[in-house]
Amino acid sequence: MDWGTLIATTIAAFITLAIFSFLYKDNPFYKFAEHMAVGLSAGYWVLILFHNVAIPNVYQRLMDGQWWYIFPTILGALMWTRFSRKASWISRYPLAFYIGIATGVAIPLEMRAKVIEQLNGTVGLIEYWRSPGALFLTSFNNTLILVGVVAGLVYFFFSKEHKGVTGVTAKFGIGVLMIGFGAAFGFTVMARISLLIQRVQFLFFDWLHWY
Amino acid sequence: MGMFERLMALDRRWVYLILGLAVMAGVKARIIIPIPISQEARRIHGFVDSLQAGDAIHLAMDYDPSVMAELQPMTLAFLKQCFEKRIRVVVSSLHQFGPALAAGALDTAVARHFERTGERIENGVDYVFLGYKPYPALIILGMGQNYRIPFPNDYYNVPLDDLPMMRDIKNYDDVKAVINISGTSATDWWISYGNGRYGIPLAIGVTGVMATDYYPYLQTGQIFGILGGLEGAAQYEMLVNTPGPAVEGMSVQMIAHAIIILFIIVGNVAYFARRKSLPQGSGSV
Amino acid sequence: MKRQLPIIIIFILGVFMVFQYHIPHETSEFFYEFIALDWPPIIGMFALTLGIISLVRVSITRVRQRQDNWQYSIVTLVALTTIMAAGFIDTRGADAPPVRWMFDNMIIPVSSTMFSLLAFFIASAAYRAFRARSVLATILLVSAVIVMLRFFPLGPLTDPESELSRWILTVPNLAAKRAIIIGVGLGIVSTALKVVLGIERSFLGRD
Repeated sequence: MDWGTLIATTIAAFITLAIFSFLYKDNPFYKFAEHMAVGLSAGYWVLILFHNVAIPNVYQRLMDGQWWYIFPTILGALMWTRFSRKASWISRYPLAFYIGIATGVAIPLEMRAKVIEQLNGTVGLIEYWRSPGALFLTSFNNTLILVGVVAGLVYFFFSKEHKGVTGVTAKFGIGVLMIGFGAAFGFTVMARISLLIQRVQFLFFDWLHWY
Repeated sequence: MGMFERLMALDRRWVYLILGLAVMAGVKARIIIPIPISQEARRIHGFVDSLQAGDAIHLAMDYDPSVMAELQPMTLAFLKQCFEKRIRVVVSSLHQFGPALAAGALDTAVARHFERTGERIENGVDYVFLGYKPYPALIILGMGQNYRIPFPNDYYNVPLDDLPMMRDIKNYDDVKAVINISGTSATDWWISYGNGRYGIPLAIGVTGVMATDYYPYLQTGQIFGILGGLEGAAQYEMLVNTPGPAVEGMSVQMIAHAIIILFIIVGNVAYFARRKSLPQGSGSV
Repeated sequence: MKRQLPIIIIFILGVFMVFQYHIPHETSEFFYEFIALDWPPIIGMFALTLGIISLVRVSITRVRQRQDNWQYSIVTLVALTTIMAAGFIDTRGADAPPVRWMFDNMIIPVSSTMFSLLAFFIASAAYRAFRARSVLATILLVSAVIVMLRFFPLGPLTDPESELSRWILTVPNLAAKRAIIIGVGLGIVSTALKVVLGIERSFLGRD
């Protein structure tokens, strides 16, 4: 291994250990690494915005004679009026422009992807019963999904008191939701452990070459 | 203080230490365990495998270093498959800290491919890296109209029209699918906006935390495959015959999971034993 | 001018974009491609720098006023200046070798290690808080444990073909998550409608 790599991995390893030291208790090494990362990340973000947006999407287009890009540039720059107490209301214009577009595109598309398609998929499950060679287990599962979705939605429906039939359905719904949350917890454990494994792999293999 | 009280009052740092030592021992042991491959992973692999050399695919890498442990191995395994099959890859990164990871993954995948086969994979010919723009939802829509709307230039500031690969690629109509490897809500936008508006076939590789949330979209066909966390990455590594850090990590996962299940059991036994020994009505902590 | 006009802009653009989706027309396509999708990244660039400028201002204030832990704010400022200098000197910007070096050896270790601490916290939570206190808590716990057992070769329980954890994922979990997705979807649409119609305007701030 060359010296450059050794120095680089050693620095990375010390930073890794500094962050791990937080497990014992908060300390200056941890704070140092944390604040350094905040500064570096913010600086990196500025560079990405400058080289990936300001140059290609604004500067080069203006230089190529596409003068109309001066409009979004001015509109964007108005965001900076936020820093003035008197003029901060001007920043509502670029904000309004973005929000108008973002909400406008969201309404039909989110309705379709998250509501209509999902309801379609659920109702479509019933069709399976009628298909030739339908398996009992699959039909059972499909019914369970259908009932689970309906019960879950009833649980979220707060305009009617959860009593009687509504109450029983809502209870079943929360039970189904709990199974879902349990599954999510199980996967979250894997996710968190993965991050730890990767750091230990880095320390053992990349830094110490301790295979 | 009885045994159960003592167990319940155990300093959390002991828990940390046990887990830490177990993971270290597991990583050092480097045991490879058999990895069952899920249908969801097989479907993604099969889809890419069915493509012809020269076809294009869009790889959206929307993640940052905090979750790279789970997602970078997926990306590398996926790129290996594409490069081997000579499938052209359009890469974007809609997370502000993603571009460096994406550029790093591309460099690594290109170097490994060269080592293995002696073939050169060229930027602009075999793959294009678009880079980052803010507001992922609108960028996804923009690319659906024309990649050049949000990305007049690629990440290295070369105009897209000057890149040989992009000559016949205007928008999603010219790529066979989008594979979104993501640790953010960009996945939701790819589903609602990319698939929803432009009908592009979509498969996702997400963190373990997110994985269970996307099964409904699988059943409706809005996505055609899911890789979930390190497990998904390990499955893909196996599918492309390159066991790597994810496959190695799975034996460590097994050990760590055993320990956490044990923690749950011990915690519950101590809790119930203590509750039983307390007089009625004294409450439980 | 200060409040009404932005609300009118949102209304016009929002309604226009909804119609544009349903009734694509040459003129509306032009607006969609060349303004609605082309301008936001540019505006976003300015909006996102607000946070960074605030960070610099807060750090400078902390140092000036010698607030608690002000020394660390110097670390932040020095780090920020260093990486920016490295990126602006080189025309490759964020892809300049020194920037990539700092990213790989300083940002990645902090960010990935910070999140790996959660492995310890989740283990501690499993030990201290994950109790079968009630029926619902027991359902949650059993489901979690079954899913976690999927790594172990325990015969029919974890057999890949008839795996119990797979059933949990694709049946009750699917139902639960779908109910949530539909709820979230309706929430997004109703909030978006409220914004477009000017009922929800808290994001504009107070006068």
